Amino acid sequence: MTLPAVTEAGLRPDLAVISEWIEPGSRILDLGCGDGTLLDHLAGTRQVRGYGMEIDAANVSRCVARGVNVIQADLDDGLRDFATDAFDYVVLTQTLQALARPDQALTEILRVGHRAIVTFPNFGHWRVRLQLLRGRMPLTPTLPDQWYNSPNIHLCTVNDFEALCAAQHWTCLRRSLLDHTHRQGKRINALPNLFAEVALYLLEDDT
Amino acid sequence: MNAPAIPEPYPADSVGLVTPQRVAIDTPLQLDCGRTLARFDLTVETYGTLNATASNAILVCHALSGDHHAAGYHSPADRKPGWWDNCIGPGKPLDTRRFFVVSLNNLGGCRGSTGPNTFNPESGRLWGPDFPLLTVRDWVRSQALLADTLGIEQWAAAIGGSLGGMQVMQWTIDLPHRVRHACVIAAAPKLSAQNIAFNEIARQAILSDPEFHGGRFYEHNVVPSRGLKLARMLGHITYLSDAAMRQRFGSELKLAAPAFNFDVEFEVESYLRHQGQSFVDRFDANTYLLMTKALDYFDPARDFGDSLAEALRRATARYMVIAFSSDWRFSPARSREIVRALVEAGRDVSYALIDSQLGHDDFLMPIPEYHRVLGAFLERVANDIGPTGAPT
Repeated sequence: MTLPAVTEAGLRPDLAVISEWIEPGSRILDLGCGDGTLLDHLAGTRQVRGYGMEIDAANVSRCVARGVNVIQADLDDGLRDFATDAFDYVVLTQTLQALARPDQALTEILRVGHRAIVTFPNFGHWRVRLQLLRGRMPLTPTLPDQWYNSPNIHLCTVNDFEALCAAQHWTCLRRSLLDHTHRQGKRINALPNLFAEVALYLLEDDT
Repeated sequence: MNAPAIPEPYPADSVGLVTPQRVAIDTPLQLDCGRTLARFDLTVETYGTLNATASNAILVCHALSGDHHAAGYHSPADRKPGWWDNCIGPGKPLDTRRFFVVSLNNLGGCRGSTGPNTFNPESGRLWGPDFPLLTVRDWVRSQALLADTLGIEQWAAAIGGSLGGMQVMQWTIDLPHRVRHACVIAAAPKLSAQNIAFNEIARQAILSDPEFHGGRFYEHNVVPSRGLKLARMLGHITYLSDAAMRQRFGSELKLAAPAFNFDVEFEVESYLRHQGQSFVDRFDANTYLLMTKALDYFDPARDFGDSLAEALRRATARYMVIAFSSDWRFSPARSREIVRALVEAGRDVSYALIDSQLGHDDFLMPIPEYHRVLGAFLERVANDIGPTGAPT
């Protein structure tokens, strides 16, 4: 997806929301941590300790250069290495829809982490629905790729995601729904599945 | 001890001409085997300049058959520079404009440091088989005494590949306050049964050579060249990946048709025989035995209820662990065991998996992705030192 403008603090708005959810001094695993921006920010502002997981070699070097702990591995392979409840939070931003089995990945995330922070593009947004009604796969600010070259293979709506959480007995502790500039609004609160473009969840496993 | 101005024939990023120095250490060294060395010498090369606070020193630990000559040239006639020249020098990852790099020939080695092929003052003859078997912990102790002699209280970083990486790990566990950063490359938390099996065959090749003479071959004016050659040939198989061997040597006959004899008929035979022979000319059989045993004994978790994480809880260094995708001698899975233990122990660690072709030997190669991440890590090491290091 395209990255929205950064906040005045220099952080992407969705990452700013996530960092507010994280208790100071926590242990964190950031899956697909990119160049380590979030972990770097959290280390500086909330004294968290943690690791990023990243598959891209250039990003791994960027993390190392800024002093962010990073483990080069893909998500499925990498999570197996961590003990149960090794982290207070495991963060997965805008990647869920690209995984082979999002349900299994979330189960594994909630094994490794006490809590999970998950963000994804909402496939129920009106712009998506409108384009499907016109008979074409949607192209939107949060879903900019063509159907044939998109990494997204398991897109879901806000309602779909919450149904999965209920079925798996995952408690949603917090939810934040944003538009594509990653801001909240009245319309989103009134009809979230129609107006939210980006969904952020804080989950815990009840079982 | 420092490299002089680089003469014309050497590239600008070379440390140029270097002269090894022998450092005498007169402090008794208690060894894991129970014996004590009253004194010993270490052959050392250094590159760059130690700053006023001695905070910019990096220790380079060598692998099985390595030595102190890691960078630069010993004479203008040298055909090849030191074994890690592509990584050490002005502007290279181990940047000698910022760091004071220390590279030694390990105790028990055969390149000038006290070892089986040196004189034993007690017996009045060469040590040979009387030289004690050593462990990686013994090497760490001996290197700590070297650091004392050089006035280095704490290494800015310790770095090494393969057996060198194991020494780095051991440093961070045994003397945590003396290492700020640790770079463990193409290593393993301990040897597998398969690793030990290869070492055992190599040792048997040497031990069963009639010219080994129980390790006293020096006195017979012979070397167990057949055994040492075989040991090295075997080693080289484990240093290369199947794909790399196929690409380099193929399996085509050198002649048009089979000759039906045991002369060299395939390229790989020619390569292995050459590698084996050139090793005989530069290496000592007793040292080879000793080095392989040190590898086999390495297991830092042993003293901590077989928990590597427990061992690493003592450590305080920031780690960089690097593995190579085509390495099957110490595969990426072995490096991940180290990473897993470090994470469990709550240590700072980054792990890079380098996409590679050659195999275990890739840790010596100037792979851009590898040097980029190594450079990024060493940039952090340099930043921790601060701007006190005077450029050379």
